[in-house]
Amino acid sequence: MAEHSSSVGFYILIFAILLVLTATTVGAAFINLGPLNPILALGIATVKALLVVLFFMHVKGASEKMTKVVILAGLFWLLLLLGLTLADYGTRLWS
Amino acid sequence: MSHSSAATAPNPALRHHFAEMEQQKNAASLGMWLFLVTEIMFFGGMFCAYLIYRLQHFNDFAAASQSLSIKLGATNTAVLITSSLTVVLAVHAARHGKRKLLVLYLLATIVLGCTFLGVKAVEYTDKFKEHHVPGPSFNFAPEYMQGHPEQSPVDMRHAEMFFSLYFVMTGMHALHMIIGVGLFSGLTWLAWKGRYTKDYYTPIEMAGLYWHFVDVVWIYLFPLLYLISRHR
Amino acid sequence: MSTTAIAVAEHENYLNKEYGIKSWLLTTDHKRIALLYLMSITFFFFIGGFFALLIRLELLTPAGDLVQADTYNKLFTMHGMVMVFFFLIPVVPATLGNFLVPMMIGAKDLAFPRINLLSWYLYMIGGVLIMHCMLTGGVDTGWTFYTPYSTAFTNTKIIEAGLAAFVAGFSSIFTGLNFIVTVHRMRAPGMTWSRLPLFIWSQYATSIIMILGTPVIAITIVLVAAERLFHLGIFDPKLGGDPLLFQHLFWFYSHPAVYIMILPSMGIISEIIPCFSRKRIFGYKFVALSSIGIAVLGFLVWAHHMFVAGMSVYAALVFSFLSFLVAIPSAIKIFNWTATMYKGSISYQTPMLYAFGFLGLFTIGGLTGLFLASLGIDVHVTDTYFVVAHFHYIMVGGVLMGYLGGMHFWWPKISGRMYPEGWGRLAALIVFIGFNLTFFPQFILGYLGMPRRYWDYSHMPEFQILNVLSTAGSTILGVGYLLPMVYFLWSMRYGKLAPDNPWNAAGLEWKTSSPPTTYNFDETPVVDFEAYDYEHIPDREVPGES
Repeated sequence: MAEHSSSVGFYILIFAILLVLTATTVGAAFINLGPLNPILALGIATVKALLVVLFFMHVKGASEKMTKVVILAGLFWLLLLLGLTLADYGTRLWS
Repeated sequence: MSHSSAATAPNPALRHHFAEMEQQKNAASLGMWLFLVTEIMFFGGMFCAYLIYRLQHFNDFAAASQSLSIKLGATNTAVLITSSLTVVLAVHAARHGKRKLLVLYLLATIVLGCTFLGVKAVEYTDKFKEHHVPGPSFNFAPEYMQGHPEQSPVDMRHAEMFFSLYFVMTGMHALHMIIGVGLFSGLTWLAWKGRYTKDYYTPIEMAGLYWHFVDVVWIYLFPLLYLISRHR
Repeated sequence: MSTTAIAVAEHENYLNKEYGIKSWLLTTDHKRIALLYLMSITFFFFIGGFFALLIRLELLTPAGDLVQADTYNKLFTMHGMVMVFFFLIPVVPATLGNFLVPMMIGAKDLAFPRINLLSWYLYMIGGVLIMHCMLTGGVDTGWTFYTPYSTAFTNTKIIEAGLAAFVAGFSSIFTGLNFIVTVHRMRAPGMTWSRLPLFIWSQYATSIIMILGTPVIAITIVLVAAERLFHLGIFDPKLGGDPLLFQHLFWFYSHPAVYIMILPSMGIISEIIPCFSRKRIFGYKFVALSSIGIAVLGFLVWAHHMFVAGMSVYAALVFSFLSFLVAIPSAIKIFNWTATMYKGSISYQTPMLYAFGFLGLFTIGGLTGLFLASLGIDVHVTDTYFVVAHFHYIMVGGVLMGYLGGMHFWWPKISGRMYPEGWGRLAALIVFIGFNLTFFPQFILGYLGMPRRYWDYSHMPEFQILNVLSTAGSTILGVGYLLPMVYFLWSMRYGKLAPDNPWNAAGLEWKTSSPPTTYNFDETPVVDFEAYDYEHIPDREVPGES
């Protein structure tokens, strides 16, 4: 496995980025960006989640392909649940 | 894996139905990831309810959200991220066979986890005092809506729904934290007794995956619950 | 423990290796856990069946004369809950699946034997809870727990019943997780994915649904319990909630749950038909992948349970279309099974009789499902006996036919004894006749407009004749289900000793002894043949006919 992705220094770097992103998302919440506010908040959350999953949970590099398939399947099914439920609520007031 | 001491005698941690440690470790890892997928779907049900109601009652949700303490929420986010760091360092220590360092990082994780739960308890107490807990004594004062009188008045029922979801989601998250702290307490004891070596530390790794997952859930809960329309 | 039962000097196997209650309750052997499940699931089957008979007895006459209306509500609720959560969902995976999955892929055990035992204990805890709930008052909401009735109105034991389903759900999650990891990590050398028996493929697809669907019902139950306990307004419209959201979350699991029930039985049929037709399965890849296809498509159709509930008509159109798509992989299976039998040398042993039953009944159940998926017809027959008949054709006609077929097929392997073939065929015939007599009249009843869940139909006495037929059929069906239990128990002591491979069947489970040893194989087998290689297996001496 690649040595740089599992050294103490690298972990601390990821940790620092996570803290900066937390501060950014709190700050951004106080600026009026209109519809971009929730998008930015969720975007930053997704970047943070990706950092944790890829580097703290070692999905990048060390682990094998099956792990990625399992994670993607989980996310896909979550989107099915959210998306198809929204399909009902989103179109109820049509017609 | 680059260690060369393997394969003279079978590792005592190898269970009878596996052919080799590699297979056992891969099975545990796949099992843990599958379990985390069930957790995604478990929290997914709540996220689904949250999504629908937030879209339907956005203003009421925003008003209710602004009664939450952003300071405490952000502090807890930082605490949890730090605990993720200590967990990943614990796994790192275990991989290199450093027993004392491993125990130290595990203890740090437990302390941080308890800190998170303590802050959460303070937040819950505040909500109780403010009558923001859903139920017969629920009362949501409209002073949180000061500064934008053009808004329609807050529908108490929908504000109450926000708090219902807030308590269910953070409550379920806290329950997972409590389980995690319990898990790490057991592992710390076993690690202190020298159960984990650089050839066998799978339980530490698996508990770590669980802890990181709980962290990721919070990473989404924080903006969704605390950061709705703070700019107004 | 008496030793007189073992008349012949038997080899050491998983049944006689250890004796005593502890060696069973603390076992981690997947075969012993399968038997623990078999006993407890059979118990719950007869509990659920008892409720069904009471329901049919009440409907014998138009007047509500046997039980009170409230009692009737509790009867059909408990029948549904016990049958769905404690029988249909675990029945094949936890018994035959547990027994066969490691053996069929040449493994010594499941990947996580202790979690496997834990899942049985969880099942039992759920079972004790549901029994306690039943004995202290029961639930009257129907097994679907629809809100707001379940959260704001009924004063029956919702939370306890919910907890029972929650705990049993985790038992099912752990079984699914164990199977997926086992299939990925424990296959014997040479057992490639394209050599896996189709039973394994179907268990794998089932496990996918268990893992991805069950957590959603778990959290839904938690939300219902929280709403009821703390008066939260999540689903209660009086408090600003939306009951349809409950239905979305509920059916997101509970529709795919139907495929948790039927897929394993389809896997059994895929094993039985090639063996008793002495032919390679037709279109192996299509049958295998159609299992996965059903598992995935099954998640896209749930809102067809809500067509008349007030959902968006546009979403309803989409869900209707998606529901039709499920017919494709299901039909692929049916056609491939029939194509397998074409020009085969078919013998009419008991397992094959059940397979024939499955083909016919599942086809009827599936095709009436298409009627229900069409919006117009669904509006006409929603909440009538047409729906009841449809899902019983799938769940009883499909699942149970497959399960009983599988039990007869693998009973020699499980017990080391042969069941009496004549009685087996007779029971299969009785089950088939009893089933059709019970449920076919319900299609007509529903089409004529008899609503489900009515306890008294004295304002429509013209429905009595069909109800009498149905009740008569249910008695016959009951006898048909009791018979196998009686002769299986009888055969454990008096049955002929089974050879290792009584059917000359393909598959690794037949290459070990009957019953198998604790670790299944003396040494890990190496697989250099494909599944269902019946061209290279000599025809058998049929044991029942010599």
